[in-house]
Amino acid sequence: MKNFPERSGRNPSSGRDRRNRIMNRKTQKRTLGIAALVTVAVIWQVIAEYVVGRSFILPSVTDVAGAFADLLTSGTLFADIIVSLEHFGIGLIAALLLGVPVGILMGWFRVADFILDPIIEILRPIPPLAWIPFAIIWFGLTTQAAGFMIFIGAFFPILTATYSAFRTIPKVFVEAGKVLGCNTSFELIRYVALPAAIPAIASGIRIAMGVGWMCLVGAEMFGVSKYGLGYQLWHNFYLHQMPNVVVYMLILGFTGLIIDRVFRNYVDGQLLRWHAGEVA
Amino acid sequence: MSDVSIRDLGKAFPKDDGTVTQALADVNLDIQDQEFICMVGPSGCGKTTLLRIIAGLETPTAGEVTVDGNAVIGPDPKRGMVFQEYSLFPWRRVIDNVAFGLEMKGVGKEERRKTADHYIDMVGLSQFRNAYPFELSGGMRQRVAIARALANDPDVLLMDEPFGALDAQTRNRMQRELLSLWAGTKQTIVFVTHSVDEAVYLADRIVVLSQRPGTVREIISIPWSRPRDRTSAEFAEVRRRVLDMINETETSQ
Repeated sequence: MKNFPERSGRNPSSGRDRRNRIMNRKTQKRTLGIAALVTVAVIWQVIAEYVVGRSFILPSVTDVAGAFADLLTSGTLFADIIVSLEHFGIGLIAALLLGVPVGILMGWFRVADFILDPIIEILRPIPPLAWIPFAIIWFGLTTQAAGFMIFIGAFFPILTATYSAFRTIPKVFVEAGKVLGCNTSFELIRYVALPAAIPAIASGIRIAMGVGWMCLVGAEMFGVSKYGLGYQLWHNFYLHQMPNVVVYMLILGFTGLIIDRVFRNYVDGQLLRWHAGEVA
Repeated sequence: MSDVSIRDLGKAFPKDDGTVTQALADVNLDIQDQEFICMVGPSGCGKTTLLRIIAGLETPTAGEVTVDGNAVIGPDPKRGMVFQEYSLFPWRRVIDNVAFGLEMKGVGKEERRKTADHYIDMVGLSQFRNAYPFELSGGMRQRVAIARALANDPDVLLMDEPFGALDAQTRNRMQRELLSLWAGTKQTIVFVTHSVDEAVYLADRIVVLSQRPGTVREIISIPWSRPRDRTSAEFAEVRRRVLDMINETETSQ
């Protein structure tokens, strides 16, 4: 066996050095990130307290922290998150149940595309929040009305992602499916097209969740229920409790972030096994 | 028992301006059971189209293809196909790619995996049975694709430049392996290639197609035993004959 210099002659400490450098990069990233956040908080605090001076116009960091502590002890915060997640879940599941099949139909059958495309193209550009009046008339001030709003927001991104994924499936996969014994469109969709489209559909769902989360706030602001993060945000605005408003803003942001991260980790875990590279 | 018979076959593709491109015209060819046929011809002569018609992926505009007397009307697992592009399903492990055809037939999981393992073993990839396609090299992927086609136990194996994307060494090795596989399974093989060397190395008969519209220009029988010596004088002689034929048809237009 011939010894290659880069193997045998390697300085034993060089691997550790490299690891250390990577570790240093990581700590550096974290330290700088935290430092930036702290700086912004300090500037915010100083401006709120000494420049603006009115909690109604700009609540300070400490005002917000105090409001957060009060809301935690008063106990509705948790219920609000649950209600919002319920609205979100209803809307997202409905959007998936309808958006994926319609997208498959339009992507696979040209006639379905010709029939449905004009309808979709007229409905799609309507901003989701413009549906609020009819959401209330059709469903009343109910959980379903809020769910409907999220459905409207999430449906189109899921539909278009599924559609375009189906339109761009490599022809060779479909033909391989045919010569290997897929006799019907159903079999080709079930065993070839849908699995091939999953990464693109997952990206579409991620976008849909972002839009849906925005619609959630809009729907809840219009008072479709007595709980929910969006409802509380608006309610506290009426009460002029601006520190509470900031708390709800931040919680909305964090919850949205967590939902996105959980979904992405799940999808990556499922798909990265076969799909090299970033998925959703 | 699978002989393929091609009768007066023609294929025209419609163009945007309303006219048609005649890809194939009056193709007549009889392929016997267990025969290894290579199709060569100038680029654009329709050899891939002809193969796709035999597979049932294209419908002819004239004439017909019959396999054992039955007209080809669509794709059928009895006619296996190996594509030029990588056609493995990337979301399935090697084992489940190879078992795909059996799954479509409704064979149970245990049994189809056992059969798939047998074919994976035949192409020498047992240790990769649980790998995903993206983890395999180009040559390995095409070996899995061959195993996947063979797992359906087809009567006819159609191969569309399956080694075209591989480097020269891998290609030569794949040709040797294909021949030893075929020695065991003895399917009828129709193999499209643009490499005359490959055709002379593999085929019982080489079918030379003419320039578009493609038709059978000449059929050259190669009765030599295998494995063949690529460097021998007779090999070079046949290769030159075929190349001359292709060049002639190319320059005559």
